[in-house]
Formats: sequence, C-alpha cells, structure tokens
Amino acid sequence: MGKIALIIQREYLTRVRKKSFLIMTILGPLLFAAFLILPAWLTQVEDADEKIIAVVEYDEMNQPVADSSTFFFDALVEKNNLKFEYVPSSLEALKSALTVSKYDGILYIPYNIINSEIAELYTKKQPGIGLELHIKQNLENYLRNLKLRKKEIPVDVLNSVQTTLTLKTIKLAKDGTYQEQNLQEIKRWVGYISGFLIYFFIFFFGSQVMRGVIEEKSNRIIEVIVSSVKPFQLMMGKIIGIGLIGLTQFFIWSLLTFTLVTVAQQALGLNKKIQQASEITPESIFDAKPVQGQITPDKTAEIQGYLDKIEEIDFLAIIAAFLFYFIGGYILYGSLFAAIGAAVDSETDTQQFMLPVTIPLALSLIMMVNAFTNPDGKLAVIFSIIPLTSPVVMMGRIGFEIPGIQVIVSMALLFLTFLGSTWMAGKIYRTGILMYGKKPTYKELWKWIRYKN
Amino acid sequence: MEIFKAVNIEKRYNNHLALDNLTLSVPEGSIYGLLGPNGAGKTTLIRIINQITAPDKGELFFKNRKFRSDDVMQIGYLPEERGLYRKMKVGEQALYLCRLKGVKKGDALQKLKYWFEKFEISAWWNKKVEELSKGMQQKVQFIVTILHEPKLLIFDEPFSGFDPINTDLLKKEILNLKTKGATVIFSTHDMGSVEELCDRITLINKSKSILEGNIKEIRDTYKSNIFEAGFRGDATKLGEILGEGFEITGLQSQEEMHYAKIKVSENKEKNLLLSRLIPYFEITAFNEVLPRMNEIFIKAVKEAGKNQQNEPNTWEKLH
Repeated sequence: MGKIALIIQREYLTRVRKKSFLIMTILGPLLFAAFLILPAWLTQVEDADEKIIAVVEYDEMNQPVADSSTFFFDALVEKNNLKFEYVPSSLEALKSALTVSKYDGILYIPYNIINSEIAELYTKKQPGIGLELHIKQNLENYLRNLKLRKKEIPVDVLNSVQTTLTLKTIKLAKDGTYQEQNLQEIKRWVGYISGFLIYFFIFFFGSQVMRGVIEEKSNRIIEVIVSSVKPFQLMMGKIIGIGLIGLTQFFIWSLLTFTLVTVAQQALGLNKKIQQASEITPESIFDAKPVQGQITPDKTAEIQGYLDKIEEIDFLAIIAAFLFYFIGGYILYGSLFAAIGAAVDSETDTQQFMLPVTIPLALSLIMMVNAFTNPDGKLAVIFSIIPLTSPVVMMGRIGFEIPGIQVIVSMALLFLTFLGSTWMAGKIYRTGILMYGKKPTYKELWKWIRYKN
Repeated sequence: MEIFKAVNIEKRYNNHLALDNLTLSVPEGSIYGLLGPNGAGKTTLIRIINQITAPDKGELFFKNRKFRSDDVMQIGYLPEERGLYRKMKVGEQALYLCRLKGVKKGDALQKLKYWFEKFEISAWWNKKVEELSKGMQQKVQFIVTILHEPKLLIFDEPFSGFDPINTDLLKKEILNLKTKGATVIFSTHDMGSVEELCDRITLINKSKSILEGNIKEIRDTYKSNIFEAGFRGDATKLGEILGEGFEITGLQSQEEMHYAKIKVSENKEKNLLLSRLIPYFEITAFNEVLPRMNEIFIKAVKEAGKNQQNEPNTWEKLH
C-alpha cells in the first residue's frame, strides 16, 4: 500500500472510531430535521397559557352596548386557550381595573369600526403575534362580510373570485426558441442548499485539518513521520482522509435526515394537511368562472407532475458541479488551514492567520445569498469566478440558466488555484512543522515559500 | 567502507548559517558520536541525513554512492523531541509507524510482538499512548525506530528520560545492533555514554566541525601527562620528594592512603616519577590519567571560541 494511502487510512480510521464522530453523526440529522420541522410544528402548537380577553363594544351614543349578543362579539372565535368574555362596562372602568381583574386584556370595539377600521387591544403583558393575528383576522373577516352584505354580494360570489395565479416563466434559450422553465425552483434551491453545505463542510472539516496538523506538531511526532514520508504526502493524506470523513458523515446525514423528515412528517400528519390544502383550492377555483375560458391547472395534478418530473431535471449537472466545487473548495481551503496549522504551535496562535481565510469564506456565504436573488448581477458573476468564493457562490447561481463559459472559467480557475494553494501550503507546511517557538510573521511565511527544494 | 559521508555541507536559514562547510564520514559498523553545544547544528545535520531538509551546498553519499531519496528507508531515526499520537492505541500506532517505513503488515506484527515481549510492554498493546509512562513511550519509540532493521540508526539523546535500568537495557541493545552490523549515529550531551559506546566522534561547534576522529586517539592527543598514583605513607613531604618537573594537580587522602594526580613536564621521564616515589611510599596504584570526554569537549569548544572570535557571530538559535 502506498504511503499516502496509509496516512489517509489512519486519518480516516482514528476519526471514524471516535465517540464524537458517532455523536455528531446522530445529532447532526436530528438538528437538521429539527431545523426543518420545528417551524412547521410550532405553527400547530397552541399557546399553552390560557388567556381571557374582555370585550366591550360601544354604541352610537358612545356607551357600552349592554347586550352581549352584539355582532362583533360573535365574530371572535374561541381557541383552546383563548377565551372572550363580553363585559358591558365602560372602557375606562375596565382599564383601571385590569391589573386586579382576571382578564389578560381588553378588546375595545368602537362604534364606527366599519369606517375607521380601528379596534384597540389593551393588555397586561405583551399579547404575542398569535393573539394579535387571531383577533385581527376574526374582525377583518367579519367586517368584510358585513361590507359585502351591505352591498348585497353573496358569499359564494366572494369565494369564486379568490384567485391563485401560476406564473410560468419562459426564457429565451440559446437556440432562439422560448423554453418553459420547468422545475426551476427546485433546481435553484438544490443549488442554494448545496452552497450552504459546501460552506459548512469547508469550515468544519478545514479547521479539523488545521487541528490535526497542530496536534502532530505539538505531539512532536511530526519529525518521526517526515523521516518516513514527504511532508507533502503527509499533508495531502491528512486533507484527503479528513475529507473522506466529511463525505461519510455527509452521506449518513443526508440518509438519516431524509428518513427522519419523512417519518416525522407522517407522524405529525403534515402531509395530510398539505393534501387537504391542495384539495380545497381547486374546488373553490372550479366554482368560479374562469376569466378567459382557459382551464385553470389542477393544483394536485400539478404537484403530482412536479414529482414525476423530478427525475427529468438535469440533476446530474448540478450534482457534478456540487462535487467539483465541494472537493475543489475543500482542498483549496484545507491546504490553507494545513499551512496555518504548520505555522503555529498551538490553536490559540491561529487567530492572526485565520482571518484572511475566514473572511473570504464568510463573504462567499453573503455573496451566495446575493447571487441567489440576482444570479446575473455583476457581483454574483465576479464572486462566482474568484476561486476563494466560487465554490459557495457558484452553487447559489448554478440552478439558474447561467452562461456555460462562466462556469468553465470558474472551475478552471478553482482548479488552478487549488493546485497553487496546495503547492504553496506544502512549502509553508514543510518548513513550519519543524519550527517551534516564535510565531512567524507573514514576511517569514513568504520566505518559507521561497525556500528551495 | 563508509556507510554515510557528507562532503562540504552548507545549510543556511535566513541569515543564519546552520552548517558551514562540514565534512563527516561514518564507517560502516561503527558507533559514531555527534557532539556539540546546543544550537551548534547537530539537529540540522541529522535532519539532512534523514532527508527532512536538504543542504544548500555539498554532497551526501550513502554506501559510497550518491545519496538517493529512498535510502531513507534504510535509516532509523529516533528524534530528540519524541512524540506519539496520544489518543492512538500503542500497538496500532507502532504498526502504523513501521508500515510507513515500508515493513509489510504481517512482518511488522510478528516483529513487534517479539520486541514488545523483550521490552516487557506487551500488556500495553491495546492501551492508549496517553496512559503510558514516559519511559514506556520511549521504549515503544525505540522499537519503532529499529524494527525495519535499518542499516543506519540515528539516535538523538536516546537515554534522556530513562531510569538507569532502562538506560542499561538500551545501551545493550545499541551494542547488539552494532554486532549485527548496523551503524549508529548517536548524538548526546552525556559524555559518559560517549566514552562507553562510541568508536568515533565529531564535535560540532558554531556550525563547524572542530574535532573529528577515533575516540581513543582523541583522548590520547588531549592527554596532558598526568598520572595518578595511589600510595601509603606520609604525604606532607610529597612535593619535596618529587622535586622539579613534577606538579601535584590533585591530592585525596584517607588516613594513610593517598591518591595524587601528578603532572609530568614534557622533558621528564615518566618512569622517573615512579622511581622517586618508591623509596618513600608503598605504591598501591599507578596509571596515566586519560582526559574525560567532558574535559575534551569543554576545552575544544573554548579553543574554537577563541579562534572564531573574529568571525561574525553566526551562532544563534534557529529563529
């Protein structure tokens, strides 16, 4: 077995057997799944605290309406932990007694609410978005229906004019014809998420490379090893071994995350809700009279079509690009991290050299978000070609139809740069691993690069 | 035959000259001492032999031909700054390091078993390195250094950190390796072990070789005509008895017994010393005092210091 293979094997096996790897492998997808599911789940969970809101409505004499069967009180629908109670006393009295009363708030509905469209909610504590939204929506619906009734428009007419629009995007292709952009959305998001993953991967595993180098250096084992193998072999073996760890973890994660998300969705019945939602809409649309006699697309069928066509997407190209930028970016940054590790004695000394590496990395994340919203913008194009930012930024653009030449130039530059960076890092590494004591300056690093042999 | 030869080696770091026109040749089958003050350039030379760094000028030879990069596989190197992966298991790590030196897995396992038993550390095979005492780690490292049966061994301060029993064990193994035909380059500040083990030495000072040769010849050339005599009797009149041309450089007395170190002038006969003593004392011992390597070391470095005074000071630590 070649020496570099031996080094890769060691780097891989010692890490894959660590407890922290196991923990991260299990926790990673849990966190990821939680990240994906939590917001959806939270919307389903009711506010746990019980709240009682006192409601008072004023009549044209600006006096509290005595009868609780007022219009507006009916409008307020009770939820599990949210109750409304009509209190026919003056607003002033209610306000002054709020602190000692059982009520959490007072909803004041003035007489001219139809015209003014203003109601007031007095609360003891912060009411919370959920409560506010609930009252707002209830009142809005009620007011709208009231207005419709005044204009004698039946409710089913109202439902029939509710419209959902599908905007098809048709882009001028290179061959001069217009082509419908199928599933563009998914492609874009795949690219976007890939960009995030690359960013995360580079950061996490790049710094592991650095820590590994520092470990060997501070352990003083480095001298024994470089008397058996070339420093460059050791450096590359380490970068590749840790990269493979990352790929393994990434592979397990995507598998587990996918499983977890699917299971969780089933358990929480999210799928059912989505289905219901997509079933209701078309019915109401069919009730309506189509504006131009054109058949409005059936939403469920469209979703089904989406799923069917997923295989048709040019995913291969995206995956290929992902792998290229993933590996290229990781080796580029990995070698820089290795050089930093070699230049210092301990992790606390790394700050000074980390900055020039982490800044382009952080910048690339910002630029990717920018590129996603404006994929043909000047900044997006420039940063998706500059090698230090291209692995992340280009992934944000790759789902869009972008000029192939830009991708080729970006890839070629990345390739050349990572050759250059590994060469340069190899030079710094070779000298740095045997240097102890004083932290080198950038000037010294430059000297190390220029040393012969 | 020389197993290793360096001719006119020069190595420069930034503005610091680490090795200056150094020539050195190590006969096959010998134990070769590499001596010198801290920062003299020994480690640089050792790193050059191990191909960790390359010289700026000069030529290296291995077995009478030019040094090739794969010759390093025939070298075993125990660096002064020793270290192992702390979290890795002892056996696994030893195996890894041996395989990096090109030993096949099966072979390496077999030999490791043998050496682990010999050094009585078999029970530690599956323990993590961080659980081992320093001495045990040193043993592991020694085993790893010699396991691929290198023709040339380089030990940098091999005895540091060892107790007297293990030091002895190690010395025996080093002599064993010599009888098996290996050559040992051996860098140390422990002059006692140099006298005990080395056949030849080179003394490097301020990046230059200032003394080179067979250790017996060197001690001979540095001897200063001092003799030690053990005798019984009244030592108060020793000076008068000896007379001109003899100088007492040391006297230790225990009741009637005395041990005197006497320097004999160049022009005087050594036998005259004995004949002057015999009428007055009962002689129990008489021998020439050979200089200790310690003294030679200090003397040579001091002399070199005087000679090098006018030269620009190149002796600074690497960075």
